[in-house]
Amino acid sequence: MTQTHRIAGGQINRSRTLTFTFDGKSYQGHPGDTLASALLANNVRLMGRSFKYHRPRGPIAAGSEEPNALVELRSGARTEPNTRATTVELFDGLTAQSQNRWPSLRFDAMAINDRLSPFFAAGFYYKTFMWPAAFWEKIYEPIIRRAAGLGSLSRQDDPDTYDKGFLHCDLLIIGAGPAGLAAALTAARSGARVILADEDFRMGGRLNAETYALGDQSGADWAAQTVAELGSLPNVRLLCRTTILGAMDHGIYSAVERVSDHLAQPLPDKPRQILWRIYSRRAILATGAIERPIAFENNDRPGIMLAGAIRAYANRWAATPGQRIAIFTNNDDGLRTATDLAALGIDIVAVIDPRTGGQLLPGIRHLQGAEVIDTKGRLGLAAITVQSPKGVETLNITALGVSGGWNPNLALSSHHRGRPVWNDSIAAFTPGANGVPNLAFAGAANGHFSTHAALTTGAAAAREALTALGFTPTAPALPPAQDAPPVRTPFGYGGHGKGRAWIDLQNDVTVKDIKLSHQEGFRAVEHLKRYTTLGMATDQGKTSNVLGLAVMAELTGQTIPETGTTIYRPPTTPVAIAALAGRSTGPDFRPTRLTPSHQWATEQGAVFVEVGMWLRTQWLPRAGETTWRQSVDREVLQTRRSVGICDVTTLGKIDIQGTDAGAFLDRVYANTFSTLAVGKVRYGLMLREDGMVFDDGTTARMGPHEYVMTTTTANAVTVFRHLEYCRQCLWPDLDVQLISTTEAWAQYSVAGPNARKLLQKITDQDISNDAFPYMACGEITVCGGLRARLFRISFSGELAYEIAVPTRYGDAMIRELVAAGAEFDAVVYGTEALGVMRVEKGHVAGNELNGQSSALNMGLGKMVAAKKDAIGVPLSAREGMVAPNGYRLVGVRPVDPAHPLTAGSHFIATGAEPIAANDGGWLTSVVYSPHLGHAIALGYLRNGTERLGERLRAVNLLGGTETEIEIVSPHFIDPEGERLRA
Amino acid sequence: MIINHPLLGPRDAQEFVYLGDANLINRPDGMAADAADTFHDYLYLRDNPAGLHRELWYHEQGDRSWLVVTRNTLTHEITQVELARDVARAQGRSK
Repeated sequence: MTQTHRIAGGQINRSRTLTFTFDGKSYQGHPGDTLASALLANNVRLMGRSFKYHRPRGPIAAGSEEPNALVELRSGARTEPNTRATTVELFDGLTAQSQNRWPSLRFDAMAINDRLSPFFAAGFYYKTFMWPAAFWEKIYEPIIRRAAGLGSLSRQDDPDTYDKGFLHCDLLIIGAGPAGLAAALTAARSGARVILADEDFRMGGRLNAETYALGDQSGADWAAQTVAELGSLPNVRLLCRTTILGAMDHGIYSAVERVSDHLAQPLPDKPRQILWRIYSRRAILATGAIERPIAFENNDRPGIMLAGAIRAYANRWAATPGQRIAIFTNNDDGLRTATDLAALGIDIVAVIDPRTGGQLLPGIRHLQGAEVIDTKGRLGLAAITVQSPKGVETLNITALGVSGGWNPNLALSSHHRGRPVWNDSIAAFTPGANGVPNLAFAGAANGHFSTHAALTTGAAAAREALTALGFTPTAPALPPAQDAPPVRTPFGYGGHGKGRAWIDLQNDVTVKDIKLSHQEGFRAVEHLKRYTTLGMATDQGKTSNVLGLAVMAELTGQTIPETGTTIYRPPTTPVAIAALAGRSTGPDFRPTRLTPSHQWATEQGAVFVEVGMWLRTQWLPRAGETTWRQSVDREVLQTRRSVGICDVTTLGKIDIQGTDAGAFLDRVYANTFSTLAVGKVRYGLMLREDGMVFDDGTTARMGPHEYVMTTTTANAVTVFRHLEYCRQCLWPDLDVQLISTTEAWAQYSVAGPNARKLLQKITDQDISNDAFPYMACGEITVCGGLRARLFRISFSGELAYEIAVPTRYGDAMIRELVAAGAEFDAVVYGTEALGVMRVEKGHVAGNELNGQSSALNMGLGKMVAAKKDAIGVPLSAREGMVAPNGYRLVGVRPVDPAHPLTAGSHFIATGAEPIAANDGGWLTSVVYSPHLGHAIALGYLRNGTERLGERLRAVNLLGGTETEIEIVSPHFIDPEGERLRA
Repeated sequence: MIINHPLLGPRDAQEFVYLGDANLINRPDGMAADAADTFHDYLYLRDNPAGLHRELWYHEQGDRSWLVVTRNTLTHEITQVELARDVARAQGRSK
């Protein structure tokens, strides 16, 4: 028979039956059920094993505070570990598995840990696994990880999509219980833009779990009617299944909406979840309260639950964890569970109440001055031992409701470090002042535990927020509510005997652990938390923190406020990494920028390399080439022999215009530009203010007040940012304007002895050496009228040009250049060949521009003009920057040409030990030079300029290699620059 | 965070890039005799106040304005936002 523990009433739709499985066994439930309520209705109390001792566990709560009932949901790639059965909305075909047990939930071999519990007391891993150190990573940690833990990952890609969204409102109301609904109603009718968010799939909060009336309606009916009215208003957005994760700065809240978690899989084109960023002008925290347990020996068996949760399962979900139930409560709210269950025909065996002198419940065995001192039942509660003034007795029951009072659910109020304050009249912490600006508190979240107070404080908080925002608040009629004045509920705990009394069920922290923490001196709350793990993991101590604090307070003889409390951080409940990532995953992790020749290069079978966000051609293999070196060597040799073409669009391009453009450049470059003739290009060296080289590139003077700067690919964005900083913050009245044109121009390098012959075929002007000499620039036209920019500059050391055309002609231009170059056997080369040629020429690039190198280090010291003030010039003269024993750029070749070199190897003198004290510098860039037929390198060597011809060793301790090398000039080809000027 | 841009109104802080202490505006004279000392202090000595801090933010995903934002480092409350160019001029910087 199914659903043996389903009772009458509830807010479930019995006209439909949903079939689901738990650990492979099939069960039935109804729409409106959670996984936990459906399992309870099927008399399944055992849902998990505890973290450390593998104790059998069932749910204790009916919401997101649940520490025990963590299950793996779904299967295959959609498997999701550590979901709380108490919040999982039941759907047809749902599959769930228990976790942290082997081989099965009912028989878990790891439960041996429970027998060994003396070894696993608080801080055990700090003490037990100290020695030998090498054992930690290989032996202890894997064993602990396997023995103690939560669920596991599928290790497959998540097949669903996750979105991010942005919402704006005047008033954000967090929580849709009586306080939140009253606030929303007040605000909605005033015309303000309202967002009402609640983590549950059914709004109403505790109104759905209680039996008392609001006016002439049930609380649940009033909630449903109010939600319906709110939903009909255009200025209200209802976000159910939405958890507010964090209170960020300036009224911004992050939230996750579980759009499709209640479906077997998302509907087509729907995301699984949405991460919302909610911009609010005001917010109201109405997140209610969380019941706290009482610690007593063996208080963790399946069937022992919070009294309010048993009441919620019975009233809302028509499910009961047992037919014979006892209640252990130190406050009047627990008594309500007894009367509600009795009215539903459930046998209340006894109410155990440590208080004396209060009113006795009619028709129920109400034991006053009594407490539960032990429990029995291997896989679920079977009996409790009760001590009362009449003596000790054993009661055979299947469920026990426990209530130790209620704690305001105030986590969000301390996201800006606001500390909760102790409120003695309710024996609980309430939100403190100096919390989150413009966040007000209402209802039980602020310690107002009656429904009447929830409604009135909710409406009042809304009115106050609306008035502050300039709205005229309305005063909707709120129904009269049954009002029980709050009763102070003192703490009490057992566990003074041999057995263990649990405080934190998720982390298996007992009263004994807290005593041990106290005994060993870890008494401050932050120490207590870290020593015992109290309040960590997925539930973040929602049910356990305050109880643990109360025990420590008693041990130290302090009051609870003196003992203090830990504060809360986002997220309020666990959030999937996928929701935080949104659609920024895999190839969409960040944008990909394609060069103008990308399509052509793809057609040619090019190999691409990521350079920042860009994809650049790395080399272009030809038929028969089996290694990358064959392709790169060919590209280099063909360029140096005839002509090569390379897409250099990725270099940053900045147009600089204005009557002070030259003066501006003089201040941002270490060398001088105001003296540059119109129609000429100059290499520029840009320093940081500390004198280190920031970037380099060429800047062309296109007109009297018009320059075009190029930057390295890597620094295109940061150089532009820096120039704007200089322009706006340092010299605000210079007449100079900047615009980045990196994307506006497709730019190709054409290099090699036949470069001019090739280009002359497509340019409309004369570009002979006389008409367009080395370092000339100008605006020209190509292909019969297309505007272009031509620069006679060279990175490769060959006769070379860079030609730029508007980007939309970039694809046509590469095809035109290749076609025009056919008669010269022109080659298109990639970044590898580019790198080989620049090292052969001795040009610095990213490896040398490492942010720790000065112009002097790079052999460019003379470029730093001494007689002007420019960024970085004053501090370039510092003693340490000009030390003669500093690093200098040198060239390196192996003494035996057959030997390879390794970048990163360090210079060590012959015969010296390879230790830091003997370190002379390092090889920054290494390539194989097909031109020379051996490996070559650039490097930084102490006092290197004076050491040409010296023989040293290049030692690479990581790779275990050592090569005898000779220090040479960094200019391996054409040191006089004759090719450039040809 | 939200930065109330003097020209564009409230904008999310994600659109901005942070640089640091707005005192960077007061770049010393690099030609002065004591430039080595003044530049050392300018570049390396920073106050780290618990409270109001004037700092430079750049609206990179926007209009490229550099702003001087006065922010309380304890609460993140932003009490004033100015164009850095205006601040620089008010502090006597020109060409």
